[in-house]
Amino acid sequence: MLRQLEGSRAVAMAVAACRPQVVCAYPITPQTHIVEGVGEMVKSGELAGCEFINVESEFAAMSVAIGASAAGSRAYTATSSQGLLFMIEAVYNAGGLGLPVVMTLANRAIGAPINIWNDHSDAMAVRDAGWVMLFAESNQEATDLHIQAFRLAEDLSLPVMVNMDGFVLTHATERIDVPTQEQVDAFLPPFEPRQVLDPADPVTIGALVGPEAFTEVRFLAHAKQLQAIGRIREVADEFAQAFGRRSGGLVNSYRVEDADVVVVALGSILGTIKDVADEMRERGTKVGVVGITSFRPFPLEALHEAIGDARRVVVIERAFSIGFGGVLSTDVALAIADAKARISTVVAGLGGRAVPEASIAAVIEDAMADSLEALRFVDLDRSVVERELARMAGDRRSGPSAENVLRDLRAVASGSV
Amino acid sequence: MVRVDIDGLENEARPRKGPALFQVRFHGRGGQGVVTAAEMLSVAAFVEGRHAQAFPSFGSERAGAPVVAFCRISDTEIRTHSPIAAPDAVVVQDATLLHQVDLFAGLGADGYLLINTTHSLDELGLGELAEGMRRDRLAIVPATQLALEHLGRPVPNAVLLGGLAALSGVVSLDAVVGAIKERFTGPLADGNAAAAAAAYRIVAEQQEEVASLATPA
Repeated sequence: MLRQLEGSRAVAMAVAACRPQVVCAYPITPQTHIVEGVGEMVKSGELAGCEFINVESEFAAMSVAIGASAAGSRAYTATSSQGLLFMIEAVYNAGGLGLPVVMTLANRAIGAPINIWNDHSDAMAVRDAGWVMLFAESNQEATDLHIQAFRLAEDLSLPVMVNMDGFVLTHATERIDVPTQEQVDAFLPPFEPRQVLDPADPVTIGALVGPEAFTEVRFLAHAKQLQAIGRIREVADEFAQAFGRRSGGLVNSYRVEDADVVVVALGSILGTIKDVADEMRERGTKVGVVGITSFRPFPLEALHEAIGDARRVVVIERAFSIGFGGVLSTDVALAIADAKARISTVVAGLGGRAVPEASIAAVIEDAMADSLEALRFVDLDRSVVERELARMAGDRRSGPSAENVLRDLRAVASGSV
Repeated sequence: MVRVDIDGLENEARPRKGPALFQVRFHGRGGQGVVTAAEMLSVAAFVEGRHAQAFPSFGSERAGAPVVAFCRISDTEIRTHSPIAAPDAVVVQDATLLHQVDLFAGLGADGYLLINTTHSLDELGLGELAEGMRRDRLAIVPATQLALEHLGRPVPNAVLLGGLAALSGVVSLDAVVGAIKERFTGPLADGNAAAAAAAYRIVAEQQEEVASLATPA
């Protein structure tokens, strides 16, 4: 049913339609509206058979989700940023144990400096935790991915994280086709756990594994991720048949045939990039766009196929590896290692900085002129950086850099927009 | 029509944003329902079968602090999620922001401007700005007073949407009332709807006056 809804509300409705049995969460911006929405539905009785557990921290939230899932319940939680870091040990445990928890990550920057706004550094911090990591381009896709996430998680006995851009999607009110309970019930069968703690048939989950078997157990986790590559595709196809629209999958290509430059990205920035691509194509620049929906498992082959013979590849990332450069672009480079494409990492939109269409267009134009560096920071104010570097060089006690920069910009620390 | 390949399957390309794209920026202060105004406008457009997207400027929200929210309305699917740099309309919920925030950034000479005030444009010091704009696209409305009158609360957001409907025609008053009744219930819904209708009439009268001045008798 078409509704005009805040993204968080639509996700809460989709999660509720999946009939989770245990939902546990600890509030953190910008994820809060989602679990508030689910909580309201539990309280009103709209979501029956679900226990909503208020926990004392994110570490407890993921630990409760692990316990609930191991006991055979469909478990869901959501978090962001520092909350994810606080639960990270349990995040690795859910991955390592292969428990099909579903979690929304409303993507937000990680401090210090503290920042509540959107980027992808939180997701990148748990890249290797053994979770399936999906990224939503729009609120429609965020809604749909949650339904696919429960299906995938339980099919594969793997935890699935649905990433949606904090504020940009979570707080945007848009037209969203919200799946009905009947549709979701027909698509998502009841949870049949592969492993379950049952007093009548006791097992141990989470035993010590020494050097004699650790490699094999780890490899099995990898093998399951490789199985997920096929399964993600199939589930997206089945979803398209059942719901009449495409969402999810491994990659999403847009106007890549004959493209001279292909822009690769994750998440909500893709919509803006597609608008830029259309405008630039009208002016004769052949731009294609590839969105990566499945970041883990990483779809090397599908991405290779999508990028095709494009000679220039621009990876726009809302995160970077400090002291190195791109995170996503390293993976993309591996996917097209045998092609002769020139690949650039473009870091944009950190800590909620807007990425205007003109900035994206400028990057693409530079790529077409072969003048785009291997690593570029979009709209970086170098004068501010140089001023602070000079201060550090000239004064041993130059003080905290973040506050110095704010003072230089005469910005208020609470964040002006 | 362009074809796109989504994960191996052929789909029709989504049309690009059409000429019928209308972008509104709302300025106000925390507590005045600025974000709600943008959301209700998007619901009004949705009710009329259009695509709409409302979003706040994601600042640290606290009572009294300047707040910005946006609404895009389009005939086609809205893909972009970037902030609105060049709005077609600006709605000012609190005229005390005039000397604090760059309210008119990106607003062109053809833009629409609606201000909640009991003062004239000259009294607000906006005479010069008004001269550079189309007079039939400028309106002032005492939205806070109307809200107090009809609701007993000084919340001008829904009221101004009635004014915007009259000024720009981007949504109908009926759709605004529909959005108000989706958001609120009981006396709050009725009061807001009545105040929005009053704002609609005030702005419509201003428009008639401007039109009569422009047309020699």
